[in-house]
Amino acid sequence: MKSLEDLKKLRDSARQMMHLREGGDSVRIVIGMGTCGIAAGARETLAAVMQELERLHLYDVVVTQTGCAGFCDKEPLVDVILPGQPRVTYAKVDGERARRIIDEHVVNGRVIEQWVIER
Amino acid sequence: MAFYRAQVLVCGGAGCISSGCKAVQQALIHEINKAGIDEEVKVIETGCIGTCELGPVLVVYPDGTFYQKVKPEDVHTIVEEHLVKGRIVSRLLYKDPLTEKTIPEYTKISFFAGQTRVALRNTGVIDPSVIEEYIARDGYAALGKVLTEMSPEQVIDEISRSGLRGRGGAGFSTGLKWRLTAQAPGDEKYVVCNADEGDPGAFMDRSILEGDPHSIIEAMAIAGYAIGSSQGYIYVRAEYPLAVANMQRAIEQARQYNLLGKDIFGTGFDFDLEIRVGAGAFVCGEETALIASIEGNRGEPRPKPPYPSNSGLWGKPTLINNVETLANIPPIILQGSEWFRQIGTEKSKGTKVFAVAGKINNTGLVEVPMGMTLREIIYDVCGGIPGGKQFKAAQTGGPSGGCLTADHLDVPMEYDSLVSLGSMMGSGGLIIMDEDTCMVDIARFFLDFTQDESCGKCTPCRIGTKRMLEILNRITRGEGKEGDIEALEALAENIKKSSLCGLGQSAPNPVLSTLRYFRSEYEAHIREKRCPAGACQALIVYAIQPDRCRGCGVCARVCPVEAVSGQPRSPYEINSEKCIKCGLCREKCPFDAIAKH
Amino acid sequence: MIKLTIDGVTVAVPEGTDVLAAAKAAGIRIPTLCYMEKYNEIGACRLCLVEVKGMRGLLAACTLQASDGMEVYTNTPAVREARRTNLELLLSDHPQDCLICVRNGQCELQSLAEEMGIRRQRFEGEKSAYPLDHSTLSIMRDPNKCVLCRRCVAVCKQVQGVGVLGAVERGFDTIVAPEGGCLLHDVACVLCGQCVMVCPTGALAEVDNTEEVFAALNDKSKHVIVQTAPAVRVAIGEEFGYPPGTIVTGKMVSALRRLGFQAVFDTDFAADLTIWEEANELLERLNNGGTLPMITSCSPGWIKFIEHYYPDLIEHLSTCKSPQQMLGALAKTYYAEKIGVSPEDIFLVSVMPCTAKKFERARPEMVGESGLPDVDIVLTTRELARMIKVAGIDLPQLPDSDFDSPLGLSTGAGVIFGATGGVMEAALRTAYEWVSGEALTNVELEAVRGLSGVKEAEVKLPGTDITLRVAVAHGLANARQLLDKIRTGKADYHFIEIMACPGGCISGGGQPRPADVNEFNALREQRIKGVYRADRDLPLRKSHENPAVKELYDTYLGEIGGERAHHLLHTNYTVRGKYLRTIRQH
Ligand SMILES: Cc1cc2nc3c(=O)[nH]c(=O)nc-3n(C[C@H](O)[C@H](O)[C@H](O)COP(=O)(O)O)c2cc1C
Ligand code: SF4
Ligand code: SF4
Repeated sequence: MKSLEDLKKLRDSARQMMHLREGGDSVRIVIGMGTCGIAAGARETLAAVMQELERLHLYDVVVTQTGCAGFCDKEPLVDVILPGQPRVTYAKVDGERARRIIDEHVVNGRVIEQWVIER
Repeated sequence: MAFYRAQVLVCGGAGCISSGCKAVQQALIHEINKAGIDEEVKVIETGCIGTCELGPVLVVYPDGTFYQKVKPEDVHTIVEEHLVKGRIVSRLLYKDPLTEKTIPEYTKISFFAGQTRVALRNTGVIDPSVIEEYIARDGYAALGKVLTEMSPEQVIDEISRSGLRGRGGAGFSTGLKWRLTAQAPGDEKYVVCNADEGDPGAFMDRSILEGDPHSIIEAMAIAGYAIGSSQGYIYVRAEYPLAVANMQRAIEQARQYNLLGKDIFGTGFDFDLEIRVGAGAFVCGEETALIASIEGNRGEPRPKPPYPSNSGLWGKPTLINNVETLANIPPIILQGSEWFRQIGTEKSKGTKVFAVAGKINNTGLVEVPMGMTLREIIYDVCGGIPGGKQFKAAQTGGPSGGCLTADHLDVPMEYDSLVSLGSMMGSGGLIIMDEDTCMVDIARFFLDFTQDESCGKCTPCRIGTKRMLEILNRITRGEGKEGDIEALEALAENIKKSSLCGLGQSAPNPVLSTLRYFRSEYEAHIREKRCPAGACQALIVYAIQPDRCRGCGVCARVCPVEAVSGQPRSPYEINSEKCIKCGLCREKCPFDAIAKH
Repeated sequence: MIKLTIDGVTVAVPEGTDVLAAAKAAGIRIPTLCYMEKYNEIGACRLCLVEVKGMRGLLAACTLQASDGMEVYTNTPAVREARRTNLELLLSDHPQDCLICVRNGQCELQSLAEEMGIRRQRFEGEKSAYPLDHSTLSIMRDPNKCVLCRRCVAVCKQVQGVGVLGAVERGFDTIVAPEGGCLLHDVACVLCGQCVMVCPTGALAEVDNTEEVFAALNDKSKHVIVQTAPAVRVAIGEEFGYPPGTIVTGKMVSALRRLGFQAVFDTDFAADLTIWEEANELLERLNNGGTLPMITSCSPGWIKFIEHYYPDLIEHLSTCKSPQQMLGALAKTYYAEKIGVSPEDIFLVSVMPCTAKKFERARPEMVGESGLPDVDIVLTTRELARMIKVAGIDLPQLPDSDFDSPLGLSTGAGVIFGATGGVMEAALRTAYEWVSGEALTNVELEAVRGLSGVKEAEVKLPGTDITLRVAVAHGLANARQLLDKIRTGKADYHFIEIMACPGGCISGGGQPRPADVNEFNALREQRIKGVYRADRDLPLRKSHENPAVKELYDTYLGEIGGERAHHLLHTNYTVRGKYLRTIRQH
């Protein structure tokens, strides 16, 4: 490390690693991982979400799971919560849908209305 | 860099390590691999989170769920339920001792919510083995700032303005100490970090060294720049092997990143550090003894003046600061003295870490603003006293300090108020005592420690404390006599006034302060041969109350020394000559017929 | 200069003066126990406490620097109470068997108790109970009498450069002991006894051999004889009320006769003899390319020191035995033959200023032809004084008398062996004349006299192209300077004199102790003056002029440095090392 600039660069990249622990305002993606969700393929959905986030370097997005929400036939369910905005719930999210949701909704803020079951 | 959706923090402080944290960590890694989520979930070993009573603990981020007393067997459930399915395992959550409600979230637990973490800002949050995690939380930015934007005088001014006082015991103004060392004549100067942590009840320094070693490196480099020193020493006791290892690794990392070494940040400033491991004597925490020990001599204090700021290590001007003191330096530089001054009281700025132990629900480390009352610490932060018992007293300042009583529950905890009550802040040991604690015995306990740890150099400390201890031993054995209290007072006065170093000068404090607030307990021991708290073994008498005894004979059967005798169905009796005061009969009596006094 | 007031008295002292010294300048006495100027300013005993206006608590005057405008109080109730309490605490951990203590009447703890008017025993409790250390032949340790002043530690380390004593353990269990809590025998102690000289109490003392001597004197089958070392005569008087440095040779000889010794010999005779052999050895080494510099070998503490700490330099030692051992060897051969007594029946006692001589006597190298040790018992000066007192002999009232022949005649050169530089001066007086053949007119070599730690001189030997470069060191810390120079090849001397004890034998570990350790150098100077006075008073002042020695060679030894001389008067040395394993081997 030669200068303060180097330190700042390192800090900024390191921060992404710490983001999960810092809390604060960030995009949250919640995946239904109840028995029904997992049966419907929620694990693949989760994997796809994570791959896409990593591909786009979206390290500050928080991914959590939740249990059964009662819409078992609509699983896998995925919620997207942008800071300061209400939750948007998508139904039957497979890997492909998950990638689209991230590209459209998380990155560009455009809700993909046709997959939404609740907002 | 890989993306993880969750991080599980496992506390790796020595407290938790001793309660089985390593096994939990291994189980965790195993289970995560088994569930095939090792690319999604990262396990991070942090320093001490501060709640030793509850260890091993796991904190799951991003939700911040706090699992306590986790056993390796529990890990499977946590992984399956929480990490895979997102369902919190409520039986492992923390329960508020007052409301009995479970609290899943780390930050909502009053133990953490009541704290203001400055010195402990990173412990339990970052992985101490990864320098990037420290840097992510603005680590080394303060060093960068002082080297590029501030003159040494400005640094000293900023520290002075902050009002920071030494956390190692005496509470001396840190800014002034830096200034005196900076002004002392001499080209070669040293910075020494005092990590001897001799107070048997305190472990905040260890926790910082283990959990946030870079903060100490950064602070020492800043101090080096301020006083004109390019070499520092960290004096750690040998009983802290993990602290030594973490610190050593951190030093090597800092060297690799050129945050230690030559020409730091290209500013021409050189600074390097070495660890010195001490034998772990209490007196080696005293600064002149510490210097002697680093120099390779027997750790014995020498008279002051000259102070280390003028003549310290190898006779050169030396700045000695405590670990916790140093941990406050980077935040003060980054956030400014004004910010720091807003925390705390008029004369005691910032926060203080207390190591809370004894009769208290949440033992562990708490960092609270200076001036918080004892009541708030005990009842709001630490969950009160177990078993619904009454608070009796609190010992602050460890073996050099004194006690506070129920009358002092609302006194702000700060340097000067504690001194005026005959106690002191010390390094922040805080031992809570309830109605079952005998204050004579407590005084004896602390004096036994200091007497044992006296370096033996000066007469009053070497022999005087021994004579005091002998008197206290007699009193607690029921062999006290008239005049003992006066003899204790005379000896205490002399030892305080005429001892060579702070150890002797403060050794009588526990006796003097218990005499001040609990004199009647001493008198009861001496005159009535009675221990009001029922704690002094030799003075306890077990007696069967004939009106309650139904003559079942359980007592006679359980007594290991056959001290109980009697006929079935008529009251039994205890032979007090034979009784060894084990209390077994009292415990076993189905009719509560056995009294203890 | 700075000005301060002490008890209202204003004094001006140079900057850097401590309050203790300033008080002395103001005529105010502050009691001390641990304090030894320069060497032990550690503030441990807490008896010199004073109050200073504006400073908290009580401060130790010995470690407190005087500053301008300081107001010091040395006689307030608080000061008196604290000093007394601390002294009483010391007494509460002391055996208090004063009446039967080796230091009865000369104990600083006793004097302090007297001075502070202690008349009661306020504190009681556990007392230290350690076994006595009788492991060496020279020094006895009674840790129970130790007051932890650490003067011995300071002397051993700083003056003697040995450093085998230190504090061990903590708290009430702290004791001053040989390193690691070992016995003295198991550490690389050189038995110089300088620790004994500064110990304020009876915690360190010489091993007492007086009973054995009394027993021998009673044994009619023995021919019991005695020799006295040069330094004894200028110091033993102190034990009988004479001022230091008074020469009481004649009375001492009379007292020894009264004690029952059948012959009283003078080690000075053997000192002269040593010069014959040693000067000869030096000249041989110079001429034949022997190991240089050659170093003297009279001081057994010094010999033990080099054997422990500089065994690689042993070749530099002269092979001459010390004068006590030379006399011993002759007593059981030459003298025995002369009087027709078998060596087994001769019992030779040495009176020495030295504790290490007790060890030297017992070295396996010092066993003579008959298979017996050449010297049977060594008494220190203090022990002889004790015997004289026990025997009810009033030394000052005795007439003077002379040593016996044939081992009693000596020159001034033999006497000055007692002071640092003396052996060197004596050797040079002889070497000069032997080499140049010219008479030396001014025999007094000022450059090697006096108390500075390392002294150097050059002596041009007329008629040759030799300029002898010599050096003298006394006190083993000073000796280290010269030895380190030799090790690094930076010592271009021909001849070096080393004495273990500072000042030389006059303040050896067996001499009367100084009444005030802080006036030790003044005492040394007075004794040294006595030595040089004795030299001046003698008709002969060069060893090679001693007719008795000449007769010895002519009638018995043959050639200087010849076979017989070598056999009786020379020795060899033992590599000891400084670690337990190597020490234990010997
Ligand atoms: C007997 C004794 C033990 C001490 N132990 C410690 C210790 O363990 N750690 C510490 O930081 N200071 C200890 N101190 C205080 C130090 O002497 C010194 O005042 C302190 O390290 C200065 O740092 P600070 O100004 O940052 O507090 C001790 C003092 C005494 C008299
Ligand atoms: S006799 Fe000499 S070397 Fe031995 S302990 Fe005493 S001072 Fe040290
Ligand atoms: S042995 Fe004598 S000189 Fe050494 S510390 Fe003890 S009392 Fe002092």
